[in-house]
Amino acid sequence: MTELAPLPTRRDEAWRYADLDALAPVWPRIAGQREDIVVAAGETASRQLILEAGDPNVAVKTLSVRIEKDARFVLHCLAIAADYGRIAVDVMLGEGAHFELGGAILGTGEQTLEIVTDVRHAEPGGTSNQVVRSVLGGKATGSYLGKVAVARHAQKTDAAQSVKAMLLDRTATANAKPELEIFADDVKCAHGATVGELDKAALFYMASRGIPPVEARRLMLQAFIADAFVSVEDDAAREAIEAKALDVLEAIT
Amino acid sequence: MTKKPLTAKPPKMKWNPMLKIDNLHAEVGGTEILKGLSLEIGAGEIHAIMGPNGAGKSTLAYVLGGRAGYEVTAGSVTYDGVDLLDMAPHERAAAGLFLGFQYPVEIPGVSNVQFLRSALNAQRKVRGEEPLSGAEFLKLAREQASALKMDAEMLKRAVNVGFSGGEKKRNEMVQMGIIDPKLAILDETDSGLDIDALRTVGEGINSILRKPDKAVLLITHYQRLLDVVKPDFVHVLAAGRIVKTGGADLALVLENEGYEAIAEAA
Repeated sequence: MTELAPLPTRRDEAWRYADLDALAPVWPRIAGQREDIVVAAGETASRQLILEAGDPNVAVKTLSVRIEKDARFVLHCLAIAADYGRIAVDVMLGEGAHFELGGAILGTGEQTLEIVTDVRHAEPGGTSNQVVRSVLGGKATGSYLGKVAVARHAQKTDAAQSVKAMLLDRTATANAKPELEIFADDVKCAHGATVGELDKAALFYMASRGIPPVEARRLMLQAFIADAFVSVEDDAAREAIEAKALDVLEAIT
Repeated sequence: MTKKPLTAKPPKMKWNPMLKIDNLHAEVGGTEILKGLSLEIGAGEIHAIMGPNGAGKSTLAYVLGGRAGYEVTAGSVTYDGVDLLDMAPHERAAAGLFLGFQYPVEIPGVSNVQFLRSALNAQRKVRGEEPLSGAEFLKLAREQASALKMDAEMLKRAVNVGFSGGEKKRNEMVQMGIIDPKLAILDETDSGLDIDALRTVGEGINSILRKPDKAVLLITHYQRLLDVVKPDFVHVLAAGRIVKTGGADLALVLENEGYEAIAEAA
């Protein structure tokens, strides 16, 4: 559980990579601001959470979700604007419930952007799938901390986490930290994390077919972050969030 | 092994070759690979370059394509009267140069259609032509896929991802058909192909490029592709230089006698 007061410290894992100096002046104002969502048994709900232009330079958005028995919650996050931006999501899953997260962190300059999730499988048969993609240039730092906790009796839990970051400059930083706490013995918890650069061979291949370097990078990055949004069920909503991401990619590449 | 005299005559001088490589020296990672390579290719001609492993065949292809890390230290390459080495790789493509890869690259998440439409429209833009619409492009892509006996469904798949070696090579030729280049440099397009695929690919090269205003540089180890795509000239590349030039029959001599005999005699 992410505690929002008093001022966080880096001793707390969830704040280890955070820009606490940027946060300090606004902390009293944003501490404790959180949105609570309850998805009733058997229902399906979806949300988009976007840190974008127009938000204050330091923005923290916190969401607390309870997904009841056999309910389903689909969340898509985009962390793009702000000097310091954090999306923190706490999720509690009931029996047979499902949580789906698709998130992208796109940063450049001196930005620090974070997505922090705390997913608790409290009852048996719950499933969760989290996909986070980061593209970072300049001296930006992008962090994803994903905690998955499985209670002792939450058997047959199936939790998956895929985290990939692409660094456009050697000066950018990506942190990817899966954190699994599993007390049940009949569960599947898969996680994978990679940090890489654009494939130079692929860029040359594209150039050799006439695609200019800027467009080649854009095509590859678009494909890279698309993984985060394949789970958006509504086509128009997916196109809208992808378009937003694409605008930022064009600006940072 | 007895050495037969080589009867093939060197090519006549051409005054306005499409591609003129003059005394080309190139390094990879500080090691000189091309050591004074000269070659002229005229419009309407098909040239084959053969040679032992390590002779510099792929280096030549990459230098012509403009790959980073392949550094030209001396010499010049003129394409259609302009300095090819001065152009960025995508500009070379827009000018009509096509590089067929020995190992085509996989691009996860980018479909063949998306990739090729971007490529073709980028080239058309440079040439001041209108971009093709999605429908126009699909029609063209399906025609080319069918001409090369590639399942049109593969156009929707990510570029080369999960393709077999033969499928990748076939996909290269479909790309070449769609892009319709003026000069193709094909680096071991025949490797990894079975006999039927080899024939299909060879016939594809003939139908796309055997034209008076186009030219081909085929880089190959084997005679078998040259049975389908008949070269006008065959060159032997050894230790970074062209050591022997002849007609199509030179390839047969090589097949019988090996590279070593030719390289030594030269």
